[in-house]
Formats: sequence, C-alpha cells, structure tokens
Amino acid sequence: MSLTRPFLLAFLGAAVAQAGAPPKSILQRGAYLVRVGGCNDCHTPLKMGAKGPEPDMTRMLSGHPEALKMPPAPQLPEGPWGWTGAATATAFAGPWGVSFAANLTPDKETGLGSWTEAQFLQMIRTGRHLGQGRPILPPMPVPSLHAATEADQKAIFAYLKSIPAVSNRVPAVVEPVASH
Amino acid sequence: MRALLLVAAAALGLTPGTARTLPQPPHLLTQTGLYSAPGVVDARHLAYAPQYPLWTDGAAKSRWLHLPAGKDIDGGDEDGWVFPVGTRVWKEFRFQGRKVETRMIWKAGPRTWVFASYAWNEAQTEATLVPADGLPDAAEVAPGVWHRIPSRADCRNCHGQESVDMLGFNALQLSPDRDPDAIHGEPLQPGMVTLDDLVARRLLRGARPDLLSRPPRIQADQAATRSVLGYLQANCASCHRGDRPLPGLDLDFRHTSHLIRGADEPGLRTTLGRPSVYQAPGAAGDPRLSPGVPDQSTLIHRMASRRPAAQMPPLGSALVDQEAVARLRRWVADLPLAASH
Repeated sequence: MSLTRPFLLAFLGAAVAQAGAPPKSILQRGAYLVRVGGCNDCHTPLKMGAKGPEPDMTRMLSGHPEALKMPPAPQLPEGPWGWTGAATATAFAGPWGVSFAANLTPDKETGLGSWTEAQFLQMIRTGRHLGQGRPILPPMPVPSLHAATEADQKAIFAYLKSIPAVSNRVPAVVEPVASH
Repeated sequence: MRALLLVAAAALGLTPGTARTLPQPPHLLTQTGLYSAPGVVDARHLAYAPQYPLWTDGAAKSRWLHLPAGKDIDGGDEDGWVFPVGTRVWKEFRFQGRKVETRMIWKAGPRTWVFASYAWNEAQTEATLVPADGLPDAAEVAPGVWHRIPSRADCRNCHGQESVDMLGFNALQLSPDRDPDAIHGEPLQPGMVTLDDLVARRLLRGARPDLLSRPPRIQADQAATRSVLGYLQANCASCHRGDRPLPGLDLDFRHTSHLIRGADEPGLRTTLGRPSVYQAPGAAGDPRLSPGVPDQSTLIHRMASRRPAAQMPPLGSALVDQEAVARLRRWVADLPLAASH
C-alpha cells in the first residue's frame, strides 16, 4: 500500500468531519441572534446574586428547573393584572394555564438533542409544540422568531446544538383551573 | 479545502438544490379534475372509504383518488405506498347535509406535493381555493362552535413534509378484512375500492403475494381492542409514529406490516401503564392509559378536552368525539388492573 493512501483517507476524514459541523460564522450568527433575541430572558433561570436576580449561566438555556416544583398559581382578582411569573422567570401563569420555558440545550433526553433542523423550522413555522402539537403558549414570542429569515432560524438552531447540554426535564404545561 | 469538498459533493449529487417554485393549485374546485360535468364526479376516479375514519367534528365525507391513465401504485412497501406523479385525492366534508369544504392533495412531481382546500359557496355550485392560512368559522357545528378549514401548514402537519402519506388510502385502511366495530365506521358503497379491486385491476404493483389471503389487520385478541387501536391509528398516528418519532415522547400508534404475529401493537406497548409527562389538573403520576381506571388515563383526558393546552388531536376538530371517548373509557375500564391484555 502506498503511503499516500492513509494520508489521503485521514485528510478526507478530517474534511468530512469539518464539513459536518456548521461553519464558525453560522454559530457566531446564531449566538448573536440568541443574545439579542432575549432567549436567555426566559430559558435561562434567574438566581439571586449580590446585586439581585441574575441569569444562572451554569444552566444556560436549560429552561425551567426540574427540581423547582411550582405550587398552584396565585389566583388574580378581576382587573388589569393578567398573568404572573416565577422568580426564576421560567414559569408563567395566565388564562392559558401554566407554561414553562423549554430546555433549549442539546441534551438528548430533555432538550433539543434529538431534534432535527427540519423539526425546529417546522416548530417556528407552525407555532406548535414539537412542530405538530398544541399551540406554543405565551410568553414565547413565536411570531418574532417566525419573522426571522430561514438562514437566521437555522443559525439559531446550529448554535443551540453547539452549547453545553444540560439534563433538565421541564414540566409539561398545566391547564387553567377555571373551566370553559 | 472548501473547493475540494464542493467538487466532491457535486460529484455525489449533494449540492443544495436551487429554490423550487411549488405548482399552484387551481383557483376553483371545478378546475381540479374532480368533476366530468357540473356536480358529476368523474367516473374514472376511485371512490373509497377507509375502515377507520378520521374524526372531523362529525362531518360526513366522500373521498376519491385519481391515478393517471396507465399508472399504478408501487405497493412494495406495504407501509408506504408510492403513488405515481399526477395522483390526486379529494375529500369532501359535509355538515348538516351541506358541502362545506373539499380538500385536495396533488402529487405534482416525484417529491412535490400540493395541498389545497376549497370552500363551497352558498348555492353549493362551486368551491373556491382557501388562503394558505385556512378559513376560520367555515361552518357552525354546535351552538357557538365553528369548524375551521385547516391551513396548508396543518395539512402537512398530518400528511408529512417531505414524505407525504395518503392517510386514508393505504393497505390497512382499504383492507378487505374490515373491522365491523370500527368507531364511526362507514359501510362500503357500491363501486368503492378495496385492496381486492386494486389488485384485480392491476393498480397495485409489488405487493406481497399473500396480501389478499392475509390482509392487513390490527392485531388484537379482543374486538374492542382492535377497534380502539384502529381509531387511534387513524386519528393519532400521523404524528405519533415510530418511524418519525416526536422528540422525547416514545409514543406510537402506527400499525405496521412488520409487527410480529402475536406481538403487541405499538398503540398498546407505548400507552398501557406508561408514564405521561402531561398531567390533568390535580393529577400526579397518571399514566397515558391506566388499565381499569379511565379517569386516571391522560390520553382519554386529552381526547375529551378542547382546551388548547390539552386538546388531542391538537388540530382538525373543534368538537370532542364523544362516541370515541365513551368507547375508549369502556375499553380501559374493562382492561385488567394488571397491565396484561
């Protein structure tokens, strides 16, 4: 066997591996969009710091903490106050029930790890949970995400797939108490 | 490096395709080829009725499939028939005896599918293409409750994105071994096709030799189990299917020809006693289906709800299918408390 063959195979293998990962510029674009889009505002839990609530970046974008079991949401009197939020800013109660910020990290079991890009785009296009289920609930700004170009939506997904995975199973939505 | 990869990709046919323009559906239903004369469905179309119908707010339905002349269906994969380019299928929905909408799926290219819905006029003489976002308030199906003609995105939510399924026109749905207890089962009318007809007329190619002597059938040892699983297959398996799993759910209602004889259908295996992430208000730890205890079965709770956060299926209907809920409740109540079946 010629010495050049293993070299070429290794060269091509490295090239293919590099080809499988999104270019750095795409990841940077995705990181930028996630930052300016305010994704951390709800999907990264707040913790109390020396200067008040601050994002807990050890749980970046991992959604409502699994261990934080929320008691029943307070019932608001009739009036202009329409919804309430948890101190972590990851759980929200309103006429729609109780919604929890999702785990956007690439954890396979509890986050986006097993999602395909097509499923992510379909979720944005339809505004439906998992791309096919119930409507995604407030306060998630799906229309804003929908307004982004497909290239930007793909960049967001690529970036989210590149961040550290956090195993955190977010609770399912809770229906409103009042019947209708 | 990049140039090298691009050349290699081009050689393998992996370069991204140029943006395609999807063919546009005709503006009027009468321009789609459904009718040969005003109000007369073209006799060359195949009328059919799936043995397990989809629930659509109690609509009465009629369905037709058109195959291009001289073309047939590739039935080599019993779970995923391949239709020839040019295939069209229509489904007409009627409420209180009036035509409200007719939906069409058109296979316009090998991987190009066009979805369209047409809303009928007051005079019942013509139906017009509905905008891509659908049409709310198309028909009042109960006091204050309106049937919505779904958006094209929702059409694809059920029928598929790249790989499209004709959900009511497949081997199980057209099986001559028809379930007499199917929920909302429709009797076959004269002229409606089944697998027998497709084979006899050479419209189905590549099917297994014993397709007619051992026709597709939901595997169950009880009639009630068979009909319930058939219902769940028709109403839930377009999303909850093993071959295209939703992330993190492991929920599968799809009957496949690969199921080993005597094995549990996925609709049992992935529901009975299986934990449910979703919980009804006040519940904790209820499984998807709790044998013997319908009130602690999340699946039934969601079927019986039309709250947006809970409703299942999440689209396509505004009314609970009360008959199906009652049948499922009876079936679950009769299941032995131990998870054997």
